[in-house]
Amino acid sequence: MSGLLCFASGYAVTSGLVFASSEALFKRSALQAERSLSEALLSPINQKEEYRMKLHELTIHKAHGLLKKKEISSVQITRAVLDRIDAVDKKVSAYITVAGDTAMKQAELADKAISKGESRPLTGIPLAIKDLICTKGIKTTCASRILENFVPPYDATVIQKLKKEGAVIIGKMNMDEFAMGSSNENSGFKLTYNPWDLARIPGGSSGGSAAAVVADMCLGALGSDTGGSIRQPASHCSVVGMKPTYGRVSRFGLVAFASSLDQIGPLTKDVTDCAILLNAVSGFDNNDSTSVPKDVPDYTDALQQGLRGITVGIVREYGATKGLDPDVSYAVNNAVEVIENLGAKCIEVSLPHTEHAVAAYYVIAPAEASSNLARYDGVKYGFRDKEKTDLMDMYKSTRSKGFGPEVQRRIIIGTYCLSAGYYDAYYAKASQVRTLIMEDFKKAFDSCDVILCPVAPTPAFKIGENIDDPLTMYLSDIFTLSANLAGIPGMSVPCGFSKEGLPIGLQIMGSHFGEEKILKVGYNFEQATDFHKKKPIS
Amino acid sequence: MKITKEEVIHVADLARLDLDEESIDRFAEQIGEILEYVDTLNQVDTEGVTPTSHAIFLNNAFREDEERAHLDNDTALANAPEKEDGGFIVPKVVG
Repeated sequence: MSGLLCFASGYAVTSGLVFASSEALFKRSALQAERSLSEALLSPINQKEEYRMKLHELTIHKAHGLLKKKEISSVQITRAVLDRIDAVDKKVSAYITVAGDTAMKQAELADKAISKGESRPLTGIPLAIKDLICTKGIKTTCASRILENFVPPYDATVIQKLKKEGAVIIGKMNMDEFAMGSSNENSGFKLTYNPWDLARIPGGSSGGSAAAVVADMCLGALGSDTGGSIRQPASHCSVVGMKPTYGRVSRFGLVAFASSLDQIGPLTKDVTDCAILLNAVSGFDNNDSTSVPKDVPDYTDALQQGLRGITVGIVREYGATKGLDPDVSYAVNNAVEVIENLGAKCIEVSLPHTEHAVAAYYVIAPAEASSNLARYDGVKYGFRDKEKTDLMDMYKSTRSKGFGPEVQRRIIIGTYCLSAGYYDAYYAKASQVRTLIMEDFKKAFDSCDVILCPVAPTPAFKIGENIDDPLTMYLSDIFTLSANLAGIPGMSVPCGFSKEGLPIGLQIMGSHFGEEKILKVGYNFEQATDFHKKKPIS
Repeated sequence: MKITKEEVIHVADLARLDLDEESIDRFAEQIGEILEYVDTLNQVDTEGVTPTSHAIFLNNAFREDEERAHLDNDTALANAPEKEDGGFIVPKVVG
């Protein structure tokens, strides 16, 4: 099997050596990450003082257990997280807005609810929200100058759901402007730095969310994924990130980038937390006509040991990906072997239209974006160039000053592809290729339960490395954006580190509404490995 | 060049963007390169293939036509850059 499974790489992995080699990987990464925060969590609970100091390191499910037993309070956790932000965010720069006061009030309410015995899995848990999900009364900027002072008059459906659960909204996270980018370098305000190496990007566009989770500046986060924007930063920061099936989570109150591709999802410290957060935000919503009226299972039920009966597919075409880093191949091959040894059966599958996914995506996504972003006209909300007295001048000046270069670039590409004379050649053609990509996945999932592959072809790159070359940046989305075109779910789980100590994620993709199988495979892999416990030096 | 400077100016105008000379040059080059790459879609035979606009097929989503809470006027105007007498102010449209 191994020969077949290997992604193009200088390394060979043989079945018998799997666990030995993964151990070697741990050692390598351990050199980079001396400080193991997880050790603190394993220490006896009677070391109360020590414990209080480390509350920000808790996972959601561990914090819930302690809250329920009233060993700690939400006010304590929230305070600890705010202190952590004070200490660390100077370096990481993940937050656009820290909502400390409202968070503390929510924490007090949560503690009251818990004292009355109303302790739900997210009650009292401090969560970070990507800054394109509307939060009533808390600025929501999309990291854009054009929405710099926008305070939403309503909560997104996912925020309503989190509040109903008693969660604490700790703040709003940096991102690429309007979610357009893979590095957070396109934020209209500031860069976010990868906690594993501050000279590198955290990934994007949900880079602030991913960086905050791994740096313990929140217990979990919500991001959004239009072409990989949850999974790629999760991979670069070593956290778990899932893009659910299109329509699984309501998009009401999610500022639209590409409406047929956007989906909200969790970024968490482990797979269990991912299931818990997914439980909370999933479900049909009358306010989103594309949300799917389908019952939501308890996703934590999927977290069971054993992968017997599961078939995983390895994509033949992905092996030939240009620019695939050998460390990434090595880690992903290794992960496949671990999963095989846990009882899964591996087969090869084919996605013949893979090489056309990037081109199709970079027509469809900008086309939808150019239409969605037409609403920013300086009239109803957001920035307006008040100097201009002519309507058309005002529109143009407002938009040109308010949008950054990548957003303008995509608006122009999208407008061009939709304009008279070009529509058929670009948008119609790309939409047909999208059908073929969907059919590829449908066929593949006839013979396997999940697909395993890399998330990104390389670990996090250096800040500034690709900024002047948009096409190269787009091509690095090859493993993630097919899932958005096909509407299928995908998750990134930590699966190793490069020689330089940079995190690498394994992507697990499933068929429509196949989240449970993804979680099951991810959970079993996580239980068998220690990658998710490694933390960056801070 | 896949896209001329004049085309960039025209499309920017359609999109209500005002580009300076430097942006026009840069965008013409970068967008030209992206469009050339996009042209690889022509290698795919799509004869008779139905286009997809949404990956999950749903029939019309209907709901009951009931009265629901809505934003009051002040709240709806709260983010307006300029407002007066309960309305948005825009530059003069008709002469």
